[in-house]
Amino acid sequence: MHNLVCIKQVPDSAQIRVHPVTNTIMRQGVPSIINPYDLFALEAALELRDKFGGEITVLTMGPPSAEDSLRKALTFGADRAVLLTDRSFAGADTLATTYALATAIRKIGKEYGQPDLIFTGKQTIDGDTAQVGPGIAKRLRVSQLTYVAKITALDLTARTIEAERRSEGGVQVLRTRLPCLITMLEATNQIRRGAMADALRAARASIVKWSAQDADVEDISKCGLKGSPTVVKRVFAPSARAEKAVLVEPAEQPAEELIEAIFKHQPRLEADLAALAGDL
Amino acid sequence: MIEDRFDAIVVGAGMAGNAAALTMAKRGMKVLQLERGEYSGSKNIQSAILHADMLAELIPDFRKAAPLERHLVEQRFWILDDCSRIGLRYRFDDSNYGRSNRYTIVRAHFDKWFSSKVREAGATVLCQTTVTELAQNRRGRVIGVRTDRQDGIIHADVVVLAEGVNGLLGTRAGLRERPEPDQVALAVREMHCLPREAIEARFNLNGDKGVVIETAGNISRGMTVIGFIYPNKESISLGIGCLVSEFQRTGETPYELLDRFKRHPSVARLIDGSKVGEYSAHLIPKGGYNKMPRLHGKGWVVVGDAAQLSNTIDHEGANVAMTSGRIAAEAIFQVKSRGDLLRSDSLSLYKKMLDGSFKHSKKTDMRALLHTQPQNFLLTYPQLVSKAMQNLVRFNSTSEAEKSTSTQSWTGMFCDAFRLPRALR
Repeated sequence: MHNLVCIKQVPDSAQIRVHPVTNTIMRQGVPSIINPYDLFALEAALELRDKFGGEITVLTMGPPSAEDSLRKALTFGADRAVLLTDRSFAGADTLATTYALATAIRKIGKEYGQPDLIFTGKQTIDGDTAQVGPGIAKRLRVSQLTYVAKITALDLTARTIEAERRSEGGVQVLRTRLPCLITMLEATNQIRRGAMADALRAARASIVKWSAQDADVEDISKCGLKGSPTVVKRVFAPSARAEKAVLVEPAEQPAEELIEAIFKHQPRLEADLAALAGDL
Repeated sequence: MIEDRFDAIVVGAGMAGNAAALTMAKRGMKVLQLERGEYSGSKNIQSAILHADMLAELIPDFRKAAPLERHLVEQRFWILDDCSRIGLRYRFDDSNYGRSNRYTIVRAHFDKWFSSKVREAGATVLCQTTVTELAQNRRGRVIGVRTDRQDGIIHADVVVLAEGVNGLLGTRAGLRERPEPDQVALAVREMHCLPREAIEARFNLNGDKGVVIETAGNISRGMTVIGFIYPNKESISLGIGCLVSEFQRTGETPYELLDRFKRHPSVARLIDGSKVGEYSAHLIPKGGYNKMPRLHGKGWVVVGDAAQLSNTIDHEGANVAMTSGRIAAEAIFQVKSRGDLLRSDSLSLYKKMLDGSFKHSKKTDMRALLHTQPQNFLLTYPQLVSKAMQNLVRFNSTSEAEKSTSTQSWTGMFCDAFRLPRALR
C-alpha cells in the first residue's frame, strides 16, 4: 500500500520569543522542527507499513529550507520525500495551501501510485486551524476521519478502514472506504527512532522538489497570498495574567470550601454542572 | 549490519569535528560525521572569537557567506580588583574592512553554516545520533563505532574523536584519562541582549566593528579569574573562567562569581539595562600544551577540546580546535594516500604536524628582559606593548608556548609599570 503523510515545518514554539519592544515574533535563530502533531501521523503510517508493507511518501509545502524536515522524516523511515516549493506558494492561508497540496497529491498519485491513505497531524502548532487535513480531503473528494486515536482495522481487499475517533463525550468507531484522509490525534503513539540504515539513507537521499509547474498547478491565482482570502487583522502579544493561582486556606471542611471557592471564581460553572447532572 | 564502510568517521560536529570532516571530504575521502545534537551548533549557545586565518585555511572565501557578527578593531585588557581596573587599549582601526583578522561569531549560527559546508564537500552528516562506544577488535584497534541507533557497528578505517571536553568515548574506551580538576576550567557565560545603538555607543563602535575586552584579576576570594566581554551585533557576550579546583577550594559558586563580575563598576555600565538571553556553563580544558593526552592510536585520533587542545590564554579554544581538526585530517589523508595503514605509528604524523604548526620562529623572553634591563624599560615599553598585543591579537603563527611566555611577561609588565613610577619618586 502507498501511504502519504503531509508534514509542515514550523518554528519550534518552545523557543520563540516575542520582541519586548515591537511585540513581533522573533523568528531569527529559532530552529525549525516538524510540526509535532505530524509525527503521530507519520508513526501511524509507519506502523501500517510494518504490518502491510508498501511505501510511505512524505509531502510538505514550504521554503527550500523545509528540506531539513523532509530529511528528518526519511530518517524516521519514510521512503520518499516531496518538497513543494515555489515563490508563488508564499503567504498561503489554509484555502490556498489545500489547493496546492491537493494538486501535488494528485501528481504524486500519477508519479508514484495512488495513495491509499493520506495522513496529516491534527493541526499545526503555528497555525492551529486544523483545516488543512479536511480541506485536502474535500478537494480530493475522499472521505475523512479526523481526530483519530487509533486505526483498529484495515482491509486491503475490501478496501475499508476502521478507526477510533475521539469526539466530545466519547469515542466513535467509524468505518469508511479507501482512499481516505486521516488526521491523527496527539499522544496516540510515539515516533520511532530510525535505524542507522534509514538515517544513512536519509542523509544521502535527494529530495524531490516540485515547483508549481512541476506539480501541474493549473490556476496559479489560487495559490499563495493571491489565493488567500484570510486577512490578518492584528497581531498582538497576550498580556501576562497576573493572577495564576488562588490559595484556599484549608479550614473545617476543605472539600466543600474548595468547591465554593471554585464556583465563586467561575460563576457559570455551577449552573453548567447542574444542567449536566440533570441530563444524566 | 551496515554494509557501508567509511574511510573515516568523525564523532562530533563542533569546530574540530567540522574542520576534520570538511578537510577529509574535500580530499575525496568517504566521511561519516555523527553528531548527537539536533544539528551542528544546536548544543552550543556560546559566541566565540574567530581567527580569520585559521578558517581561511579551510574555506578561503568564508567572508562572503559565513554568519559573522563583528570584526574586531580593538582589544582592551583590564586588570581588575574588587572595584577598580587598570586598562590598556589597543585600537587598530586601519585594519582593512573586508580582510579583518578576527570576528565575533555566535556559535549556533556559525556551526550550522560550517556544517553546511561539510555537507557540500560530500561528507555524510548524521545528527541526533549518539556514538555510544568505539568498536575495537581483539588487538585493540578501533574499527568503527556503535551508536544509539539500531544496526550495530559502522566500520571505518579511522575514527576522529571530536566529542568535546568531556571526551566520554575516549575515556570509556581507555584511550585517555579523565581530566583532573586543576586541568579543567569552568567557564560560565551569559548573553545579554541590547539594542545595536546602545551597544555601539557604550563600546565606542560603529558599523559592524567590534571590540573584545579581556580581564584578569582577583574579584573574589583570591580566585584568579579570567574574564571577557565582547559585543555581537545585538548582544553582549560575557563570561568568566576559573579552574575547577579553585571553585572547590573556595566553595564559591560559578554563578556568584559571574554575578560579582557583572556588578564590577567597569562591567556593570556596559550591560546596564540589558536582558539576559542565555546562561551557560562550559568546561574548558586548561591543561595547556604540556598536558595534552595521547593524540592518536590504532585507528583513532583525537582533536579539539577532547584532546585538551586549548588556547590557555585567551580562551579561544574554538580556533585551536579547528586547526587541530584540519591538521589531523591532513595527516590521515597523507598516511592513507601513501598506502599506509592508519596505525599508531603512522598517525604520529598528526602530532608532528601539529607541533610544527604551532612552532614559533623566534622566542623573546620579555620577562627576563624587563627584569634585567630596567633602564631600557621606558624605551622598550611601547615596542613591547605593541609586540605583546600583536602576539595576543594575531594568532596565526604564534605558538602556544610563546603566547604563554608573552602573556605572563605582559602581566609582569603591568606590575613593573606600577613599580617603576614609585621607584622614580
